[in-house]
Amino acid sequence: MGYPYKSHPRETPILSKYFGDPEARTLEGWQARGGYRALPQALDTDPVAIQNIVKESGLRGRGGAGFPCGLKWSFMKIGDGKPHYLCCNADESEPGTFKDREIMRWTPHALIEGCAIAAHAIGAETCYIYIRGEFTEPIAIMEQALAEARAAGMIGANACGSGKTINMWVHRGAGAYICGEETALMNSIEGRRGNPRIKPPFPAVSGVFGMPTTVNNVETLTAVPHILNNGAEWYKAMCLGNPKSTGSKLFSVCGNVARPGNYEVVMGFSFKEFLYDLCGGPPPGRKFKAIIPGGSSVPVITIEEAEQVKMDYEGFMEFGTMLGSGGVIIFDDAQSMPKQLARLARFYAHESCAQCTQCREGTAWMTKILERIVAGHGTFEDLDTIFELTENMTGKTICVLSDSCGAPVTSGITRFRGEFEALITGRRSSTVAVG
Amino acid sequence: MSDQKFVNLTIEGRQVSVPEGTTILEAAKTAGVLIPHYCYHSGLKIAGVCRMCLVEVEKQPKLAPSCATTVAEGQVVNVYTQKALDARKGVLELLLINHPLDCPICDQAGECELQDYTFQEGRADSRYREPKRFNPAEDFGGDVLYVTNRCILCTRCVRYMGDVAGDRALCVEERGDRAHIGIAPDHDLSHPWAANVVDLCPVGALVSKDFLNKARAWELDRTASVCPNCSQGCNITLETRDEAVVRMKPRSNDAVNHFYLCDEGRLNYQWINRDDRLETPMVTGKPASWDAALAAAGAALKGGSAHVVAGASLSNEALWLLKQAAGVGKFRVAKGGEAPLPGVKDLALRADRAANATGAELMGFSRADNPLATAGKIVLIAGDDCTDLDTSALAGASTVIAICTVIPKGLPANSILLPIANFAEEEGTFTNLRGRVQRFLQARPAQGLARPSWMALAGLAAAAGKNGAFLSAEAVFIAMAKTESAFNGMSYDSVGLKGQMAAGAGVTA
Repeated sequence: MGYPYKSHPRETPILSKYFGDPEARTLEGWQARGGYRALPQALDTDPVAIQNIVKESGLRGRGGAGFPCGLKWSFMKIGDGKPHYLCCNADESEPGTFKDREIMRWTPHALIEGCAIAAHAIGAETCYIYIRGEFTEPIAIMEQALAEARAAGMIGANACGSGKTINMWVHRGAGAYICGEETALMNSIEGRRGNPRIKPPFPAVSGVFGMPTTVNNVETLTAVPHILNNGAEWYKAMCLGNPKSTGSKLFSVCGNVARPGNYEVVMGFSFKEFLYDLCGGPPPGRKFKAIIPGGSSVPVITIEEAEQVKMDYEGFMEFGTMLGSGGVIIFDDAQSMPKQLARLARFYAHESCAQCTQCREGTAWMTKILERIVAGHGTFEDLDTIFELTENMTGKTICVLSDSCGAPVTSGITRFRGEFEALITGRRSSTVAVG
Repeated sequence: MSDQKFVNLTIEGRQVSVPEGTTILEAAKTAGVLIPHYCYHSGLKIAGVCRMCLVEVEKQPKLAPSCATTVAEGQVVNVYTQKALDARKGVLELLLINHPLDCPICDQAGECELQDYTFQEGRADSRYREPKRFNPAEDFGGDVLYVTNRCILCTRCVRYMGDVAGDRALCVEERGDRAHIGIAPDHDLSHPWAANVVDLCPVGALVSKDFLNKARAWELDRTASVCPNCSQGCNITLETRDEAVVRMKPRSNDAVNHFYLCDEGRLNYQWINRDDRLETPMVTGKPASWDAALAAAGAALKGGSAHVVAGASLSNEALWLLKQAAGVGKFRVAKGGEAPLPGVKDLALRADRAANATGAELMGFSRADNPLATAGKIVLIAGDDCTDLDTSALAGASTVIAICTVIPKGLPANSILLPIANFAEEEGTFTNLRGRVQRFLQARPAQGLARPSWMALAGLAAAAGKNGAFLSAEAVFIAMAKTESAFNGMSYDSVGLKGQMAAGAGVTA
């Protein structure tokens, strides 16, 4: 666990090694800790070779979708005569996720180095770091680190003396969840309303300003220098059995748990040990009940299911949920699931960009139904309506916000139907998980 | 046509071949299938937001928005599978949960796509049990009223104003179900082409203040016509109720006005219904029969050459007959400011505020600021374009013949007046400023004893000893096409309802 606590001995602190160390924030301090070793070498390497190393390492997108990073980079046609862009997605708007914030707070230069390498690997001369507007402290730190890196010639017109140009800018978001979606993020950078765009065209064909663009998460990019320094084999070896998910992953743990915070573990770690050993189990006198393991958009699972999970992309999928962004939200037995899910739905209804009908109207309708159930005025038909509504809202819209609203709600009703029915029939809310 | 590639695909079991890059929605039209849609409009950029046009494409796991999906070779598209129908039914239910369902007091009722598609594919009931969202209506300026509660946020209006009208007056404000169309600070819809958002709006959210609560859509009779208010010649539909024109709507013609009509054109229709009309022929201030009036006029024309003043709003047919009866002469065109629509090539409210100046010029008539100034002994005035001119020059005239819809001011007491129908009351053609000859049809009956202008002028030609034996406007057109080189080879059939370029008129419009 990172700042303000020491790492747990069972963690694998690679990205989080210097969390809590103020000296790591400065260029000098970061160089003393092994920073900016990979960048000069990378700038002298052929972009495709870098893409191949990252491909070989098995690094997958840490923002939620888990798309293979090297493969994504290879979609960028080097030398097509167009300006390429790299966008670093530091919007981190997914409720329950706060790992990118810590990376930027403590190791801003790690991100800058990762961005610069990635920019080179995709043939981009410009990188935008799109930071959520509420992250005032990380923004200030990133701005300062960028100024330092520019002054030291790490980035800029002649990055590390390589003759290559890598310009990097911080772009502040204006407070919209949806701007974490890559195409909405690009619209926002362009100064437009942060609405997701229709795909195709995909960003690698037409992204920011209509030019080929790659969008990567902070954690993904920060892992890149480590991969170049230590080799793809080293990164690939960090996995417990499943070769499709490699490396270390930061999990942000929040909710009803003894020690909330960021934990970095190797892919495939036992979720049970993670919850009870690293995170210290439930608060005194309580029991875990339910967990949303990958940020608020993924289906909720019971603690019984969670105890069997291997913490990697496939491991979570086995139980019908997703690793997502690694935002582990924990509910203990004192929580009312209908109330919690109504709160979640409300968030999505508030943040829907209002483009697609299903999302604009559906998220709001779902919220109203759930809040009515919580208020004790629900009916059994409401539960059926929620399922049909979710079916309506899934896989039919431009982006997945609408799907993300339905997923935790329907999975919650499936697993904790008793609690909903108790509210509907007027019995005291049962907090015992069923089914 | 050269090297354009064509793509073959199957839509609802029908083989179609369409140019590469066509969307499924457009390709389906060629197969005779109209895929329901709201945000898509062929004149606007694709938004893909209403999600109404979802169809099933074989081998694709997700339903595809047909407005935003381009065709691919060998694609098999199914529009009416259960999966696609369920998805569209779901969209319709969601569009209606907060909709006020105030169809009985909504101007759009009867021509509302929300009604149409709900009737076609929607649910009979709603599962929505919560209170509906309410927002007050807002006056957007110009001719446009925004009834927020009916809005389905298809953003056609936003895209039209930004991309076509070039005035980013509208935007989507707020997020989630609180979203609504907003108007930028210090903006309103006073743009000369803004009222098109009313036509573009697929529901009753943007309504015309001029037409507000005037008539129900199903009570209207619709007639294909051409806007008479400037020389652009925008194709329109004249909508009449109880034989009065209550609304003018654009009729799409990609060669002239695409889908649009300017505000000045669409709102300037009340004069068609005016009731202070000349309803009977008059000779020396007294009502006369048509035979008597025509005989008097014919006798006068036989007495010497007439000074002819033509109207630039008369049809080609009337102008040609005028030329036959008394030779060519002069005409005056009312002028106004130009107002282009930036997003459409060669479309503007034109400075010439008359429909047929080009037709008159092709026929040999010439422009003059004051065509009455050089009037001689016998003066023949046809059309209503000279009513506000200085008529003192007519004092010396022995005979004045006026063929018009209203009595011009300042005519000598012994004038011969022949009442004619206005353009909405007769059939004919106009030639627009680019030389496109376009037909307009009769939308309402002529008033009193007024005759169609071609009939009145044919009678006059006959009375003057010329050929006036025509039984219809079409017969006049055929004769005109034979003698006037610009119209050679044309017929009402070849002109159709989209128009045809006059010979020698190089520029398309």
